[in-house]
Amino acid sequence: MKTKNPLLYIGLIATLIFSAGPIYFMLVMASRTNNEIVSLPPPFWVGGKLSSNVDRVFDNPDVLFGQALLNSLIVASVATVCVVLTSSLAGFAFAKLKFRGRNAMLLFVIGTMMVPVQLGLIPLYMLMTKLGLSGGLESVTLPFVVAGFGVFMMRQFAEQAIPDEMIEAARVDGASTFRIFFSIVFPALRPAAAVLALLTFMERWNDFLWPFLTLDAEHPTVQVALSRLSSGYYSDQSLIMAGTLVGTLPLVVVFIVFGRQIIGGIMEGGLKA
Amino acid sequence: MRIRDRFAKTEARVAPYAFVSPFFIIFAIFGLFPLIYTAWVSLHDWSLLAGDQGYVGFANYRELFHDSDFWRALTNTVGIFLLATIPQLILATVLAQVLNAKLRARTFWRMGVLLPNVTSVAAVGIIFGLIFSRDYGIVNWGLGHLGVNPIDWQGHRWSSWLAISVMVDWRWTGYNALILLASLQSVPKELYEAARIDGASAWRQFWSITVPMLRPTIIFVSIVATIGGIQLFTEPLLFGSGVNAISGGNSGQYQTVAMYLVQQAFTGQRFGYASTVAWVLFLIIAVFAVINVALLRRIKSVE
Repeated sequence: MKTKNPLLYIGLIATLIFSAGPIYFMLVMASRTNNEIVSLPPPFWVGGKLSSNVDRVFDNPDVLFGQALLNSLIVASVATVCVVLTSSLAGFAFAKLKFRGRNAMLLFVIGTMMVPVQLGLIPLYMLMTKLGLSGGLESVTLPFVVAGFGVFMMRQFAEQAIPDEMIEAARVDGASTFRIFFSIVFPALRPAAAVLALLTFMERWNDFLWPFLTLDAEHPTVQVALSRLSSGYYSDQSLIMAGTLVGTLPLVVVFIVFGRQIIGGIMEGGLKA
Repeated sequence: MRIRDRFAKTEARVAPYAFVSPFFIIFAIFGLFPLIYTAWVSLHDWSLLAGDQGYVGFANYRELFHDSDFWRALTNTVGIFLLATIPQLILATVLAQVLNAKLRARTFWRMGVLLPNVTSVAAVGIIFGLIFSRDYGIVNWGLGHLGVNPIDWQGHRWSSWLAISVMVDWRWTGYNALILLASLQSVPKELYEAARIDGASAWRQFWSITVPMLRPTIIFVSIVATIGGIQLFTEPLLFGSGVNAISGGNSGQYQTVAMYLVQQAFTGQRFGYASTVAWVLFLIIAVFAVINVALLRRIKSVE
């Protein structure tokens, strides 16, 4: 039976307006001229300048926006593939293999989720400089090719999704652990791996503080390029908003296509933690 | 056959370590080492360009103790954190309850509340900077219709805190609501039925069943919110545009500790001192996490 309480729906619609409002506002601003934006009352409807504003974002030599989109795509994709792989391997081991020190190691993994990596910013910066990676894309990719959250999530999933008998049977048939992982376990982990991939991709795409500190002018990611757009000496609001819109669009598309899985993943992750 | 068996046995014993080692090795290099090394750097006079200028013991910590800029940044951070987190958790709990009703188009509503979380933090900072702009912002325009004079949101302490809190809440309330929703769904329905038979009101059910059952999740959510809140950086940075954004307004009225850290390290070129800020920040997070758990333990006594 569906609820008929109209109050609930009114509350939900209000929430939705609050949620989507600023994003709609971004679209409106991105489609207007600067003069229209700085007028009262502010414009409420989408205007006709969207494509010319977007063109101006890509033409701006100070921010290298096209390059930034590509860079973000590379950084986020590499991190995603690595996180899914390393998390699946470790998650499977923690869930299904017995080894000395397992519990202590798992506790450590959970502990890493509590400690923000950002607190080690300064030595990380020094380390990257020593390794000669400072300024380039490696410096914002390498620290994020593993994730405690991912290991934990894959472990929770592996525990339920893979019957012990299946592993035993494969062992009796003479399969090595690696063989078992690649031909039985990994395929079974696919649904969780997909969710982890989506969450990781979004997180890396949105990463700001560390890329902001370490990347040099020639290698911006989208978020760094956005901050450059908005912190210049001039402030061209329609340009900034058009850039913000383009930088957010890939995520909105991913979200619309995979929203159900993403929500499932977040709810699952929170429940177990 | 025997050799093969022995090989298989060794393989089975070694494999688990091989499986977990990528995580541990990489985390050790890029996560654990920097964190510990920060403590070492904080005991030195260490600059960005000149490098290590020698061991100074706890001098940086003593300086921090008397540094009014640090205390102002800390006050800002805690103020914004409290202003943002308390309404956020209450709203998220209520929203979770609403989303738990048997709704039409369930997925649609859930996606709706999560949408802000998908938007990039950088974008959020920029958008809200415009929404709260003094001269042409939509908030002041709306307030103007209610007869309120335009507020210089970036200009005052209280107003910048409020605007930044709205940003944080906008981004995180829906996310937290979903996590709470997940744990709501594991509350046995019979509890509510029994309460209804006993004549408990919806409000009473909420306080006597929902909140106590959600306690572990509320603890989890508020610890995560604490870690995020104490490290707040991007929203306030992009809230004030311009070249000196890192100082958080012209009198540092909304500079957070994380911003102060970055300013000291990269603008002031003082790695040692900034590392001290980092360690103190870490300790503050730990203290807040403990306070959180202690406070929320008391929710149980409502039962």
